[in-house]
Amino acid sequence: MLFFITLLLLCQLIGEAAVRLVDLPVPGPVVGMALLFLGLLIRGGEPPEELGQVANGLLNNLALLFVPAGVGVMLHLDLVRAEWLPILGALIGSAVLTVAVTALLLSLTARITGAEARQEERKE
Amino acid sequence: MSELETQAALDPVASELYEVWVYLATSPLLFLTLTLAAYLLGDWIYRRAGLSPWANPVLIAVLLLVGLLVLTGTSYSTYFDGAQFVHFLLGPATVALAVPLYRNVRALRRTLIPLLVALIGGAATAVGSAIGIGWLLGATRETLLSLAPKSVTTPIAMGVSEAIGGLPSLTAVLVILTGILGAVLATGTLNLLRIKDWRARGFAIGLSAHGIGTARALQINEVAGAFSSLAMGLNGLATAMLVPLLLRLFG
Repeated sequence: MLFFITLLLLCQLIGEAAVRLVDLPVPGPVVGMALLFLGLLIRGGEPPEELGQVANGLLNNLALLFVPAGVGVMLHLDLVRAEWLPILGALIGSAVLTVAVTALLLSLTARITGAEARQEERKE
Repeated sequence: MSELETQAALDPVASELYEVWVYLATSPLLFLTLTLAAYLLGDWIYRRAGLSPWANPVLIAVLLLVGLLVLTGTSYSTYFDGAQFVHFLLGPATVALAVPLYRNVRALRRTLIPLLVALIGGAATAVGSAIGIGWLLGATRETLLSLAPKSVTTPIAMGVSEAIGGLPSLTAVLVILTGILGAVLATGTLNLLRIKDWRARGFAIGLSAHGIGTARALQINEVAGAFSSLAMGLNGLATAMLVPLLLRLFG
């Protein structure tokens, strides 16, 4: 268990270092995710069970991890009060449009290219 | 004077309580515990509401905590001394997204071209519609620039915002609000459009609502969760490249 926690941190650390060295436009953890993904691809087969447990432990509580940044809204209460209409309008309109455009484009092009969903991929 | 201090001046019991609060607030323990407790309460309400997207646990926890901090006159930096331990885990959790991604690698490979088309169209819609609607409704330039990268995960969005002249800390808040609203609005939008394919549902929610959308997608369906993680990562890249380009065209 400890080994895989260390592995996740190590991937992030290498990612952070790479971003600073090469001036990449993405954050370190995303590079770390790519590294771990590549590692799993090279290794092949099922991911190690304990890695799955560590990942599930974090991802089952992913939403919690956004709470501290969200509380930061209190730093901008005045600005939000002054511009609540454009902010809320932009966020709501953009969320609906983005979800709709993305999902429609994906399901239309999947139909055209023949990459229909298969039953066996709907299961874990 | 905050309300608690005023009360404390009037009432000896409240005064003692206030002293205990002042003492506890100097260590990270109090706000770490309160962050977890507020989230647990939010999550309990979310489950009681049958995972209804309207009872979003992040939204409930944020409202409870902001209310508490404002009422007690506590600064965000005091709060963050405790909350940073939770905030730190965002990094390793992002790395851990490689696992669901890998479990669905076959489905991803087979859907490569549709994914790229949806990515480019979706990323442009996320940035363009936010700036366009905000501008129509009279947002200031600083707010518009802070809105542009709101659909991608916090660290990328803050970097982009800073690079184009927005307010990174405002962007962080707009990112969280986007995630909450995306998680709230996606289910209804997708049902209205009759999109049943879990790949399209997941990719759309991850592209528009980054990690908060992905958290919800992972709870509902593993395939949706994997495509949502992928969309979140890819949209981080796409937005980081697209936003400066769009600003040069229209700025």
